Amino acid sequence: MDYFLELFLGGLTRGSIYALIALGYTMVYGIIELINFAHGEIYMIGAFTGLIVISVLTLLGWNTVAVIVIAALVAMIYSAAYGYTIEKIAYKPLRGSQRLSALISAIGMSLFLQNYVLLAQTSNFLPYPNLIPEFTFVKPIEHIVRSTEIVIYIATALVMVGLTVLIKFTRMGKAMRAVAQDRDMAMLVGVDVNRVISFTFIIGSSIAALGGVLVASHIGQVNYYVGFIAGIKAFVAAVLGGIGSMPGAVLGSLVLGWTESFFTGYISSDYEDVFAFIFLVLILIFRPAGILGRSQTDKV
Amino acid sequence: MMTLQEIKKSLFTSLWFMFLTFPIMVIKVNTIEKTIEWRWERMAAVGLGAFVLSFVWRYLIQRKEAGKKRAEVGSEDKVPLIPRLMSDRRFYMPGLMATIVMVVAFPFVFSLYQTNVMITALIYVVVGLGLNIVVGLAGLLDLGYVAFYAVGAYSYALLNVHYGVTFWMALPIGAALAFLFGILLGFPVLRLRGDYLAIVTLGFGEIIRLVLENWNEFSFGPSGIANIPKPGLFGLDLSLQQSTTFIYFLMIGLALMTIFVVRRLQDSRIGRAWIALREDEVACQAMGIDKTRTKLSAFALGATWAGMGGVVFAAKTTFINPTSFTIWESIIILCVVVLGGMGSILGVIVGALILILLPEYLRAFSEFRMLIFGVILVMMMVFRPGGIISDVRRTYKFEGLGNKAENRGE
Repeated sequence: MDYFLELFLGGLTRGSIYALIALGYTMVYGIIELINFAHGEIYMIGAFTGLIVISVLTLLGWNTVAVIVIAALVAMIYSAAYGYTIEKIAYKPLRGSQRLSALISAIGMSLFLQNYVLLAQTSNFLPYPNLIPEFTFVKPIEHIVRSTEIVIYIATALVMVGLTVLIKFTRMGKAMRAVAQDRDMAMLVGVDVNRVISFTFIIGSSIAALGGVLVASHIGQVNYYVGFIAGIKAFVAAVLGGIGSMPGAVLGSLVLGWTESFFTGYISSDYEDVFAFIFLVLILIFRPAGILGRSQTDKV
Repeated sequence: MMTLQEIKKSLFTSLWFMFLTFPIMVIKVNTIEKTIEWRWERMAAVGLGAFVLSFVWRYLIQRKEAGKKRAEVGSEDKVPLIPRLMSDRRFYMPGLMATIVMVVAFPFVFSLYQTNVMITALIYVVVGLGLNIVVGLAGLLDLGYVAFYAVGAYSYALLNVHYGVTFWMALPIGAALAFLFGILLGFPVLRLRGDYLAIVTLGFGEIIRLVLENWNEFSFGPSGIANIPKPGLFGLDLSLQQSTTFIYFLMIGLALMTIFVVRRLQDSRIGRAWIALREDEVACQAMGIDKTRTKLSAFALGATWAGMGGVVFAAKTTFINPTSFTIWESIIILCVVVLGGMGSILGVIVGALILILLPEYLRAFSEFRMLIFGVILVMMMVFRPGGIISDVRRTYKFEGLGNKAENRGE
């Protein structure tokens, strides 16, 4: 039973991590219908920036919870700036052209960012210090769940609530929903579409950065390539839940996290990634709209 | 045309990029020795680079906008330089002759190393033309193309190890297996919309690589397969030099065959169906084209060429392991197609030669190779989606209608 509980909570951790990345994917897709391949790289850049800030502050003699909070904030700001810039350079000039072009541009951007970090920093795995404090109430159940994981759960839940409030109740959220529904119509009624799209990229990217810092603290290492697989898996999760839908992204992430966790726990860990991909193919074949997505019909 | 306002704009861009790249470019921490390295000179370089590039960027965007406007007004379309040269007999025949002489003389004039590099480039020409069917003609973004390349390479290597199958037998078998795989993989996924297809094919590419890496009994795992024989020529004993020359001509032959087949395909009923499907799926279906079958044929035919390329690759390097077949290989091939010009045969050939030969001779910049590939993908899409040598669409003019056609804008 303990083993089951461990796998269950492990799956919950995985799922929460995927959710933090998948939310950005799904938001961007909902608004401009583009798979932002560079999203995984934004997450990686967030983790790296966090590491740099943590190291600098630690060397300056700081050593408290404040460091991780500042690091996470700086990482979020920087990732948001990257997301904003990427949209301006690689996606905005392509708005209105073929979807294939935007997709290829996104792949190019992802390739560029990976190699940018590789060249500017290092190709090695860097150890990532875990500055999240050990909570005393976790001590008795430490073999099942660690404090870092609890922080991840809480962060994901907070982000989820925050986003829901943002989208449901603010002016900007209303504008985002309008643009997602019909961009031309939104433009006609006076929504500044460029601003909405930039805003979406900024929010999505900063959430990914938060995920990046938390995950890297949890796993304990980072390198330039971590964003790629994480990005792909988060995409799988977003599709599973129904791309474009926020609760769907979280639900899909949790389902993927649990299935992966139980699969590796009970069956085999060699083929973990293979399993995730096969899962994606099966979903796309049998339920292309995802769990919470509505199936679309093409309008001519 | 450098106004104060533009300089201000560029200054702002420059500052923005200095801010943006600050942590990753400037600070380098060594967590083990607990030292920080500040690399301020890089910040200056970024600032200066961003300042200059922002002017270039703005100029290119302006030119693109102007081009778009000209196209909208409908002024006389200029035929691009290279197709115009090619249709001119005065240049075409001597050009063709010179190319033939160069191609034939190449292995005898240049060294073994150069010939080997050229063979690699030719493999990319063949594989690129195969991917061009899928991406360029049918408009399906296949990011797992390298999986079929792996199928070809491994089918030769494994058949040779277990059953002693020779190269000439393996070439059609590899192609057929890749074709089969293309159908098997394509069948479930081709119903999907374009962007899902990209991710699923990427997934398939990774699945095949991971299986090759983990299934030791079948594929010998990460250690790969060594001592794969080179292609034989009627059982003659060939020296290294001779066999390399032989592979070179074999690749030339294969490339010519590919060009011939792709050209014929492009103008055939199915080729036109691919192009139509790329442009508008719904209209295409309304005209009675079977969407799934048409897409499947593009997918499977593209895979066939990857399979052949894979067999030659295995025979040329005589050693293969799963690391040759990562997703980045797919992206390099995609880069070949995108840079050269999607849908254009000559473009893909030029793209392959540039992308494979240039890095080979610019060894000093080899670490920047993938970075530059990324930049190429983005820049080509933003500024020249048609590639270096864009595909010339066949157009028909209605001479007699004159005014009417002009009024409608096309």
